[in-house]
Amino acid sequence: MSTVAGTIPPAVVSPRGPARLRWAISDIATVVQRNLLNYLRIPEALFFSSVQPIMFVLLFRYVFGGAIKIPGTSYVNYLIPGIFAQTVAFGAVSTAIGLAEDLQRGIIERFRALPMARSAVLAGRTVADLVRNVVVVLIITGVGFAVGFRLQTNAAAFIAGLLLLLLFAFSLSWGFAVIGLTAPNSETAQVMSFPILFPLTFASSAFVSVQSMPQWLHGFADYQPVSAVTNAARALMLGGPTASYVLQSVAWSVGIVVVLAPLAVRKYRRA
Amino acid sequence: MADAIEARDLVKVYKGDVRALDGVSFAVEEGTVFGLLGPNGAGKTTAVRILTTVLRPDGGSASVLGHDVAKEPEVVRGLFGLAGQYAAVDENLTARENLRMIGRLNHLPRAVIGERTDPLLSQFQLEDAADRPLKTYSGGMRRRLDLAAALVARPRVLFLDEPTTGLDPQSRLDLWGVIEELVHGGTTVLLTTQYLEEADRLAERVAVVDHGRVISQGTPAELKARMGATVLEIGLSDSEAAKAAALALGRLEDKEPQVVGNLVELPADRGSQIAMEALRRLDQSGIVPVSFTLREPSLDDVFLALTGRHAEIEADEEQALARTQAGNRTSATSATGGAR
Ligand SMILES: Nc1ncnc2c1ncn2[C@@H]1O[C@H](COP(=O)(O)OP(=O)(O)OP(=O)(O)O)[C@@H](O)[C@H]1O
Ligand SMILES: [Mg+2]
Repeated sequence: MSTVAGTIPPAVVSPRGPARLRWAISDIATVVQRNLLNYLRIPEALFFSSVQPIMFVLLFRYVFGGAIKIPGTSYVNYLIPGIFAQTVAFGAVSTAIGLAEDLQRGIIERFRALPMARSAVLAGRTVADLVRNVVVVLIITGVGFAVGFRLQTNAAAFIAGLLLLLLFAFSLSWGFAVIGLTAPNSETAQVMSFPILFPLTFASSAFVSVQSMPQWLHGFADYQPVSAVTNAARALMLGGPTASYVLQSVAWSVGIVVVLAPLAVRKYRRA
Repeated sequence: MADAIEARDLVKVYKGDVRALDGVSFAVEEGTVFGLLGPNGAGKTTAVRILTTVLRPDGGSASVLGHDVAKEPEVVRGLFGLAGQYAAVDENLTARENLRMIGRLNHLPRAVIGERTDPLLSQFQLEDAADRPLKTYSGGMRRRLDLAAALVARPRVLFLDEPTTGLDPQSRLDLWGVIEELVHGGTTVLLTTQYLEEADRLAERVAVVDHGRVISQGTPAELKARMGATVLEIGLSDSEAAKAAALALGRLEDKEPQVVGNLVELPADRGSQIAMEALRRLDQSGIVPVSFTLREPSLDDVFLALTGRHAEIEADEEQALARTQAGNRTSATSATGGAR
């Protein structure tokens, strides 16, 4: 270590122990605030987050909905839990785009040269996306009820469903962070995201029953993460057996974070 | 006095076997300005990235105020301010918000950030635009904000990577003033530049870097001394005429004249005699120069003498090339880029 004559104490000393955690939280909060301001000020991002899901509700409720028959419930009741899942899944692209953009513009390089917590860039991004998802989920709740969705269970189960969806959204953000840190720019990040998202959201139980799909798709469509979280949310909002779906959904969310978050962190260190 | 910045035999090899630094050493005394001077691709930014802990060297070591950048990166990050080559400011925030964010990430108390923001904004002539998102800013304004952000924490050491690239002449002069003031107050500054005049004006010491090596080091005066006392510069109407004039001059005192645009340059140790001889030869060929000057050698002449190439011209040409090629990562918001 340097005990050279002329060693000068730094202006900002990185603390240890509990103070360090407070330090990291303050940095994460700063980055979250910055990311949210960004979302508010980019019209495309606002559109992506709010108008697009509303359009999906209207499209499936009024355009396709008439042609889709679901036994035992109205299509709008069936649809809204699926729209929630589809929206938070699509929303994860923002995580990828945001990180790719920050890399591309040298913001991350700038952050790396600041005496801030190393974790703050990734955590600040995923937490900001979680906050954004809370808002999006509330918007869809409003729109859902407006177009005729009726809760078949109770408020507690409904909120539990939303929490499951948000957990899923948070975990997907970590997954898509890997894409954002791999892509050379934000356009590529977007292009890389959709081939993953389309099968996940459309070959799922989000919009139609898996029973209506060809046999060879069932294995995938029944158990993949978007179906798991849709089934769980649907059971919590419309009634029926919940335990297995909820477990599946939580297992996916935890699994994605456990596998992909360390990968994202490693990519971030090297990016 | 102690060295505020030290680089010892730095080596960096990028992917694809690019040897960006090939054993670079220099030391910057506290409270002085040190200039890293070199053309595009010389390795200036790479050196700055290592010194600011953003990049790990593949060989050698470096320290800032006595703290090793590889062993104590967290400590080092609390010591310096950085304005990178490409203004890394947040497009969607206002100038004030950008400064506040950098202040918070430096863990300055809110009150302190509040106190420092307005003076910084006015120091860099940004007060009128302070509450507008940066999308509406010109390249030079972004650049100035980036510099202001580097100063929020009042660092003792400042790294400025091509700080005046993309600034108009007045802003450039203003920035020089700011740097001189900071150094007067005891700040140590390492700046990279392609503007030879800038290193000459600001830096106590200069290292000339080329292909990842320091090819010469010293005070600007020492570097100039190696060139001889004076340079003869003859201006012609255009570059064709300059070439013709160089031909007419031929070798003078064993030195080949160099054509730079519409200028012919020649090291001239015995100034007036050579000037006389040059005029005589031009006259014989019927060439009438537009201008005829004996001047002190610039650092560009030093670069020419050291490498056989002109630093500034090459830099500008490559710069233009790099801008069009870079596309993706680096230059998205380069100093000159206005639109997103
Ligand atoms: N991330 C990278 N990956 C691969 N090669 C790189 C990378 N960054 C720089 N290089 C190469 O390393 C060399 C030194 O680059 P560097 O950016 O340090 O030069 P510079 O002196 O700052 O040039 P400029 O005046 O253009 O800014 C160049 O050949 C460059 O192409
Ligand atoms: Mg550079």
